[in-house]
Amino acid sequence: MTTLTPLDTTAIRAQFPILAREVHGRPLVYLDNAATTQKPQSVIDALSHYYSTTNANIHRGLHTLAEEATAAYEGVRKQVAAFIGAASHREVVFTRNTTESLNLLAYTLGDRLRPGDEIVLSAAEHHSNLVPWQLVAQRTGAALRFIELNDDQQIDVDTARAVINANTRIVSIVHMSNVLGSVAPVAEIAEMARSVGAAMIVDAAQSAPHIPVNVDDLGVDYLAFSAHKMLGPTGVGVLWGRQALLADLDPFLGGGEMISVVTREESSWAALPHKFEAGTPNIADVIAFGAALEFLNDVGMDAIAAHDAELTHYAVEQLSRLEGLDIYGPSDPAERSAVVAFNYRDIHSHDIATILDRAGIAVRAGHHCAQPLMRTLGVPATARASFYLYNERSEVDALVDGLLEAGERFGFDR
Amino acid sequence: MASNRESQNPVDLDDLYRDVILEHYRRPRNRGQRDDATVSAEGFNPSCGDEIQLSVAIVDNVVSGMGFGGSGCSISQSSASMMTEAMSGRSLESAREMSKHVQQMLTDDSFDLDAVDLGDLEALSGVARFPVRIKCGLLAWKVLDQALANATGEAVDDDSDIPTRVTSG
Repeated sequence: MTTLTPLDTTAIRAQFPILAREVHGRPLVYLDNAATTQKPQSVIDALSHYYSTTNANIHRGLHTLAEEATAAYEGVRKQVAAFIGAASHREVVFTRNTTESLNLLAYTLGDRLRPGDEIVLSAAEHHSNLVPWQLVAQRTGAALRFIELNDDQQIDVDTARAVINANTRIVSIVHMSNVLGSVAPVAEIAEMARSVGAAMIVDAAQSAPHIPVNVDDLGVDYLAFSAHKMLGPTGVGVLWGRQALLADLDPFLGGGEMISVVTREESSWAALPHKFEAGTPNIADVIAFGAALEFLNDVGMDAIAAHDAELTHYAVEQLSRLEGLDIYGPSDPAERSAVVAFNYRDIHSHDIATILDRAGIAVRAGHHCAQPLMRTLGVPATARASFYLYNERSEVDALVDGLLEAGERFGFDR
Repeated sequence: MASNRESQNPVDLDDLYRDVILEHYRRPRNRGQRDDATVSAEGFNPSCGDEIQLSVAIVDNVVSGMGFGGSGCSISQSSASMMTEAMSGRSLESAREMSKHVQQMLTDDSFDLDAVDLGDLEALSGVARFPVRIKCGLLAWKVLDQALANATGEAVDDDSDIPTRVTSG
């Protein structure tokens, strides 16, 4: 393995204007990247450039602006296809977010299920990859099955093998947990799904920003992720699916853009991917997402993955030194990245978040849209620090200092 | 404008974490459910997961005692703990009145603390200056409103996003 050059975080940070601001008189330490990431100037500029120079509705217009806007929008589709190693840009559907991508599958693929069919999820799902399938189960009579976590709080291959059976029609699991930071053995589970003829769906909302994701290597059928968690704007999600499979699905939303011929009684559908993009899409934000992908490619996903893993490792090491601090997720730092969920003393995570905020440090506190996982972990809530390519060790140190301050306020010695 | 207000009058963590609050968080009063409860209710904040269960003993239209359970942050739990102490011995009417005042204090930074005597509960007045924590402070009081409304047969007037329900009574 080649050694990657560490990221020049000073140069990277200089490209994110928000990182220069102060919060409550202290420099912003932004450690809530699993919720959403900050945006580089190039993404902000792309948005403003589009509205200043190119704004038009796409695909239908015959004038120059429409042509330019269409080319820019479709160009990003090709960028996305290349970013995840898709066979064709026709396999890339733009949605609003990961949640909508997963709902699209739930309402099309999911609604084919019948009583007796089974949907396999994991114990670590975000509500976005749980609630849509609960609704499918209610509509169709299909049953939900769960892959449990092993003793090291990782998705267990053995329980996966036990719950994936001849009745399984859909396996939909999270690639990288937004709480545990662990990476699921997706390729192995995809192989199990394939062997029983089930569709394999991956929620890549956390993985696509942090590690190289290649749909061919993973051997999956569908992949969902969001632009805003990877330097892009809010309001853009991606659904990737194998062409033959997407072609076989009925449309999700009906309207303009997704049709071929419409009569009073019926319609035929546009070719992929337009069949799934009814109405005017989020053109400007998709185009700005292209600038985000360019930024990530310039830095390099391998280098980003190495940086995030190293910083996470450092955070686990430093936080572990604090008395009364519990960290959730795999014990081996090599098995996790980007996310560290923890509880400190008996200080509730909301109090921790409030106290850290006064020190300029942004973390998340609560159930992280994963209430069943919180129950599995046996805690009502956790605090969570999550990292990205612009974060530095000094920010982890600031977090540790902030926690010590919280401890003092609640009457604990340093 | 929160930022304007702050620049004129900086909000300090000491405004939120008063000694009384931390003391109640560490050593909650009336923790646990009462055997003699005449009405029980519960509520939770879906956005953060804090939860409160309340059991209230009412004799001759007077709150004779109150116990609470649940989990959550220092603000939600100390608010509940202080409430159980402040309510004991109050008529239903007086309890409802006090609940109304405390909720006003929790939500309105300009609430006049001299206008009513809220005792130790005044320690919660800083919560109004931390908008994201207001719901934490309100939770116990919304559950109380639900319990009292059940006891008096009146409707709950609540436009908050905090779901509460009567569990027995």
